[in-house]
Amino acid sequence: MSHTVHSPTRPDVSTRTPALEVRGLGKSFHTGGLFSSQTVRALHHVDLTIGRGEIVALVGESGSGKSTLARCVARLEKPSEGAILLDGVDVLKRDRFQASRTFRSRLQMVFQDPFGSLNPVHRVEHFLRRSLVIHGKGGSGRRGTEEQTRHRLEELMTTVGLQADMLNSYPHELSGGQRQRVAIARALAVEPQVILADEPTSMLDVSVRIGVLNLMRKLRDEQGISMLYITHDLASARYLADRTAVMFAGEIVEEGESLDLLANPAHPYTQLLVSAVPDPARAGSYDPVQRARLRQAVMASTTCRFEGDPGQRCSAEEPVRHQVGDPLDRHWVRCHLYRPGAGGGHALSTEPQPAT
Amino acid sequence: MTVSQTSFGSHEPVLDVKNLTVKYIGDTRSTTAVDNVSFSIGAGEVFGLAGESGCGKSTIANSIMRLLKDPAKIAAGSISFGGRNVLAMSQDELRRFRWQDVAMVFQSAMNSLNPVLTIGEQMADIFTTHAGYSRQESLRRAAQLLELVRIDPGRLKSYPHQLSGGMRQRAVIAMAVALKPSLLILDEPTTALDVVVQQEIMAQIKDLQRELGFSVLFITHDMSLMVELSHRMAVMYGGRIVETAKAQDIYTTPGHPYTQALMGAFPPLTGPRVPLKGLPEGVKFQNIPDLTEIAPGHFVAPFDAEAAVFEGAAQ
Repeated sequence: MSHTVHSPTRPDVSTRTPALEVRGLGKSFHTGGLFSSQTVRALHHVDLTIGRGEIVALVGESGSGKSTLARCVARLEKPSEGAILLDGVDVLKRDRFQASRTFRSRLQMVFQDPFGSLNPVHRVEHFLRRSLVIHGKGGSGRRGTEEQTRHRLEELMTTVGLQADMLNSYPHELSGGQRQRVAIARALAVEPQVILADEPTSMLDVSVRIGVLNLMRKLRDEQGISMLYITHDLASARYLADRTAVMFAGEIVEEGESLDLLANPAHPYTQLLVSAVPDPARAGSYDPVQRARLRQAVMASTTCRFEGDPGQRCSAEEPVRHQVGDPLDRHWVRCHLYRPGAGGGHALSTEPQPAT
Repeated sequence: MTVSQTSFGSHEPVLDVKNLTVKYIGDTRSTTAVDNVSFSIGAGEVFGLAGESGCGKSTIANSIMRLLKDPAKIAAGSISFGGRNVLAMSQDELRRFRWQDVAMVFQSAMNSLNPVLTIGEQMADIFTTHAGYSRQESLRRAAQLLELVRIDPGRLKSYPHQLSGGMRQRAVIAMAVALKPSLLILDEPTTALDVVVQQEIMAQIKDLQRELGFSVLFITHDMSLMVELSHRMAVMYGGRIVETAKAQDIYTTPGHPYTQALMGAFPPLTGPRVPLKGLPEGVKFQNIPDLTEIAPGHFVAPFDAEAAVFEGAAQ
């Protein structure tokens, strides 16, 4: 692929502040009629930190709230409570009503559906040029010459592994993988610090998925971009992300270094997810009895593996975090005894139980 | 999951597809969606058909069910089911053939339930229409069917929107096996479902298969799932089968570069993190030759590593 390494224009002033920090984020949606006061809690007290140049995966089933979290962080949705810190600045306080251009130039999103996110009447060049013009990133200076813009456009295309002459193509002339690469190039055009990628590969053909994941890894390695990778595919989270956070019913229940988390899942929900991934290497490992036990533990667990540990006290009222294994793995699990008060219904509770 | 079926022996295949060619005929040009494809499925065998969107796998399923509509046309080849020629069946024969002999579960099957009828009415309908049972008897059997897929028979009175996606998919699968068909075609049966539910439904299909003994044609793009579930499988690319063998053989020693790319597209859950390549953007295989046997029961289309065409790839 490309050998042009785009040098980071922004020097890291303080490497200690995380690129993105989410504190106590909550979001409720109104349900029912106009005068109804019923709400559904989609997110509850979510804390998540993404370090500089770090890729964090957020995994969970559909309806677990992972896309809501991304939409709140991208300011497409107004959070009900909590704070979002970009570079240590609380953006919800700074730009109270909507996202500012400065915010957008630091945080970009890549969506799931590359067939829907690119306007079919424009050429590829239009999408990229628009990003450059709006954010004043035309050339090396604030306002570049046409030649510089042209150079930058070609550079962007090479970075994402596309040929420069595809700038003249319309979206329908490209394959799904190529379209998603254009969407990534569009996000890159504004030179963001953080990219939120919401299921960027789930609509793509299987054989090109790895290519897109590799591209994201390359961008992190070469440009130091931090990423939040949202997915339901645990195997790809393990492949791409440094750390993985598991979301269940609007809350993060477990988080840790990806390899360690998937090798030693501590929360029953994580165990359930891990055991459900098809893997030919352990074909025939499906065990209905074990499955029923895990479900039971997810829906109403009565014991916590840290019960009686004097170093890490359990609590049914507060969402205590227990540390799992080596502190270096930064692996923690929420206390199983904790019962959040009002939770939305979850798919698992309505599914029929497998026979025991 | 043990491969204990008698599919490789002298048993008469349930389904035999020979040199099937399907074309989509346009005004100015026509496209060959399925090109000279042959395979057979033995009694009680689970046969997987893997490939990406547009490779022709759903076209094959629709050919078997005789569901192809214009401009698609079966240009050559034969499909025989239990010795009968499917392509020569009359409308009356087809009506009996579908559902009683071969049943199909579509990708978005859970959306194919009628939203204004209860589950019970829709399930009882199968028995009153196809088996001629009384309404009472039909409802009793519908309840049994629901129990078969572990849904509370009380749900007979529910409307589809009152069930979760997984339950609806289970109900549709139960309806598909209602008349004890000898072949069940599953076209991406779990793609729209969550992983946890997906695995449980697949396990259930496996149980049903063991209990009722039908054969399965399983279509998906998820290689891991397919290897786990199938006895034998074929990999399709551009309307051609590029490799066919026992599922375990394809998993351990994939022969064709495309199969290798598909296998490499799924990162493993254990072991060290190794870089995977997948299929580079724009790589195309063209003029795929006929299969040759490289090991007993393992057929691969010969390929020339140099001849893989790189089209529009930024390399």
